[in-house]
Amino acid sequence: MRRAVVILIPYLWLVALFLVPFGIVLKISLSDIATAIPPYTPNFDFSAGWAGFKDFLSQLDFENFVWLTEDDLYWKAYLSSLKIAIISTILTLLAGFPIAYAMAQASKEWQPTLMMLIILPFWTSFLIRVYAWMGILSTEGFLNQFLIWIGLIDTPLQILNTDWAVYIGIIYTYIPFMILPIYATLEKLDPSYLEAAEDLGCSRIQAFWSVTVPLSKPGVIAGCFLVFIPAVGEFVIPSVLGGSKTLMIGKVLWEEFFSNRDWPVASAVAIILLLILVIPIVLFQKQQERQQEADS
Amino acid sequence: MKRFTFFNATSLTLGFAFLYVPILILVIYSFNASRLVTVWAGFSTKWYGELLQNQQFLDAAWVTLKVGLISSSIATVLGTIAALVLVRGGKFRGRTLFSGMIYAPLVMPEVITGLSLLLLFIAAGVDRGVFTIVLAHATFSMCYVSVVVSSRLISFDQSIEEAAYDLGCTPFDAFKSVTLPIIAPAVISGWLLAFTLSLDDLVIASFTTGPAATTLPIKIYSAVRLGVSPEINALSTLLIGIVTIGVITASLVTKRAALHRKRQEELAAQNH
Amino acid sequence: MSADIFAPWEIPKEIPLIRFENVTKRFGDFIAVDNLTLDIYEREFFALLGASGCGKTTLMRMLAGFESPTEGRITLAGEDIAPVPANKRPVNMMFQSYALFPHLTVADNIAFGLKRSDMPASEIDGRVDEMLSMVQLRPFAKRKPHQISGGQRQRVALARSLAKNPKVLLLDEPLAALDKKLRQETQFELMDIQEKLGTTFMIVTHDQEEAMTVASRVAVMNGGQIKQIATPDAIYERPNSSYVADFIGEVNLMNGKITSCTSKSCKIAWEGGTITAQPTNKLEKGTEVRFAVRPEKISIAKTKPKSGNAVEGKVLDIAYLGNISTYYVETTTGQTIKAQIANARRLSRRSFTWEDPVWLSWSDTAGIVLTE
Repeated sequence: MRRAVVILIPYLWLVALFLVPFGIVLKISLSDIATAIPPYTPNFDFSAGWAGFKDFLSQLDFENFVWLTEDDLYWKAYLSSLKIAIISTILTLLAGFPIAYAMAQASKEWQPTLMMLIILPFWTSFLIRVYAWMGILSTEGFLNQFLIWIGLIDTPLQILNTDWAVYIGIIYTYIPFMILPIYATLEKLDPSYLEAAEDLGCSRIQAFWSVTVPLSKPGVIAGCFLVFIPAVGEFVIPSVLGGSKTLMIGKVLWEEFFSNRDWPVASAVAIILLLILVIPIVLFQKQQERQQEADS
Repeated sequence: MKRFTFFNATSLTLGFAFLYVPILILVIYSFNASRLVTVWAGFSTKWYGELLQNQQFLDAAWVTLKVGLISSSIATVLGTIAALVLVRGGKFRGRTLFSGMIYAPLVMPEVITGLSLLLLFIAAGVDRGVFTIVLAHATFSMCYVSVVVSSRLISFDQSIEEAAYDLGCTPFDAFKSVTLPIIAPAVISGWLLAFTLSLDDLVIASFTTGPAATTLPIKIYSAVRLGVSPEINALSTLLIGIVTIGVITASLVTKRAALHRKRQEELAAQNH
Repeated sequence: MSADIFAPWEIPKEIPLIRFENVTKRFGDFIAVDNLTLDIYEREFFALLGASGCGKTTLMRMLAGFESPTEGRITLAGEDIAPVPANKRPVNMMFQSYALFPHLTVADNIAFGLKRSDMPASEIDGRVDEMLSMVQLRPFAKRKPHQISGGQRQRVALARSLAKNPKVLLLDEPLAALDKKLRQETQFELMDIQEKLGTTFMIVTHDQEEAMTVASRVAVMNGGQIKQIATPDAIYERPNSSYVADFIGEVNLMNGKITSCTSKSCKIAWEGGTITAQPTNKLEKGTEVRFAVRPEKISIAKTKPKSGNAVEGKVLDIAYLGNISTYYVETTTGQTIKAQIANARRLSRRSFTWEDPVWLSWSDTAGIVLTE
């Protein structure tokens, strides 16, 4: 009996504040803006009973989704979000792997400190970390000053308010998510695998490619998912560092909601964003489960 | 057979430079006398002074702190219970849905979480303000807390709890006097995580707040959209300083406790 | 020494395959291997036996090329191997953890070394197949390491390390992960394979039974030094020090003083009277010595036996082990001596029980005099 109470408290909380709101989004995405008071309808009336429910069903329509397919802004935003997320995931992997590798090779006494140095920025405000790049990437910013000073360029590059600034922002803020799982697999890697590879005739570089890289695959996959999934729905980075041409679906949703006040369309955008993310999330879950089985 | 090569040293140096130089620049230029944020014009703390006189920022800071403290405390209680249910709850109807609801918010884009909660509050006719932000923050941070706490619950030897039952504890008694002290470090780090998540959140707060309550991230965001400004640099430096001191203190405390414990174990081994 | 017994170490002109010459290895202040000299001959099955931390693994890893000696020289077939990196040495190692690559199949694991050798690609499959047949794992070629049993993994590791036909195979605690029954079976398999291939095997182990079973010679190591190198029976029957006598099997060690001695036999005075034991060489009268008697060489009786060495006492404890029983007998002078008696009869008809007064006796050749 008491066990039931213990289970029910968090259960009901999550149902009320996670599941129900989610249902509302789904419902509104299927309603009509014209009859919106507050800006959406139908409102499901419990007192009307079954008839009310049927009435409610008959009012649902998919025109918001049709609208999304017709207006190529949304198509472009979805595709552009995916493109930006994929490119920045690859860049984060390229930047993160050598760091994770070097951490795993460092002496045992240093490893906890290095770990903390990787995690520490994560504790400081995300918004501030993104903001810090504004002063660096602007045309009169530190990066341009530096590049001109070393003589690499003559005129300042336009980096801020382009997709490149978004890539840099995503790499910067999400790189700990890439480093930590890769480091975890590399650190667990039994050094006798490498010794065995050398014993069987591999040079160190061959041993790296034929043993270390394949065996770090679970960490690489986990890291890529951990960067890719939040990057797709990212709002702060494109909005602070990206330009008006940088299309990302999180930003579109925000604007649809706050500027256009079109709640049904915003909800439909949210639903489709989620549908896009369901595939990588499920794949990620599957991979984690497989990993757990393999570890045990 | 580990070899620390030049290549490794280079990647670590570049990696940490990448992580820390932007923050460092931000901190240094918060002490710049000039309003031009990329030109150094001498040392000054005047932006800090202006910041402390800016009533809007102070109000926002107060709201943020209030929301953070309340929501992280609720999240810690709920998240710990949820972790217990997940790890020790056994089988019950709707378990899959429950674990799904715990893990889904971790991967859910913030814009969607924010939007859905806002629509709920409107449908329920709740006035938006501090209260709704607290509910929203408590909901998504309880999931983080429960993940942190359940990993600790999984890793500790369950026979310790069984021993407590064997010696006559009721389930609640066993939780209070055995389980809770053991998972306490995880509960505390869960609370800290929830607190920083709440301090940090812009998107969900923007959706769920009303005209009456503005949090610091919302305030910073609206200022940032206008460009880099020395006041924001000063504010950021203050926030970074507080967090850094907090995290370093926490890690030193745990490190010292671990060291102390190790020394005692060595001593005990020698006595034997 | 008849010609058909394998004992190259007895032949003065025989050139050893592996020589450790005054090898020292330090890790910081810690001396893992201390000025050690050792010869190992071709076709030998050589066992390094010792407790953990005695330096046996370091010695093996220096031969494999994963550590280099701080001082001294290691030669393989007459050549100094110091400049040869691990991946170029004609030495392969079977790791304690097996270190089978989890992302590769059994066949790919075995082929791993071959693909990095001069062997033409066309011959690799044939060689892999040959190795798989040798360890009876052909049906499992396509499986991954986690899909086969522990014993099978052990055989894959063996096949992988033998695939390149190394001059020396190093085995680092190869059977430690197996349960006792499987370990015993595998010991004989290892011996068969070694005999068939004629490859020199060097095994590192802390399990004395394993070393005694498989090895042609055993080196007992302690503190980075070799205490004794000999054939298994010589190690057991003629240990050269109390450490070796105590490390291998069970033993009763007692202190005494030489009263008279020839090179064949010594009289020793000790608390329990005077006994006769075998020395390794002639000793001066008055030398402080210890003598060692194995428990199974001591017999137990109600009355004093007519000949041999005897000592009186009473039964303190009996450990019943099924096939044998160990009697702990306290002598009149207060020492405890272990005697092992085979349980040829049923337990209910045991001749002695607790507190019984008994006589322990052993022959003049059973005791060994030790000076170290």
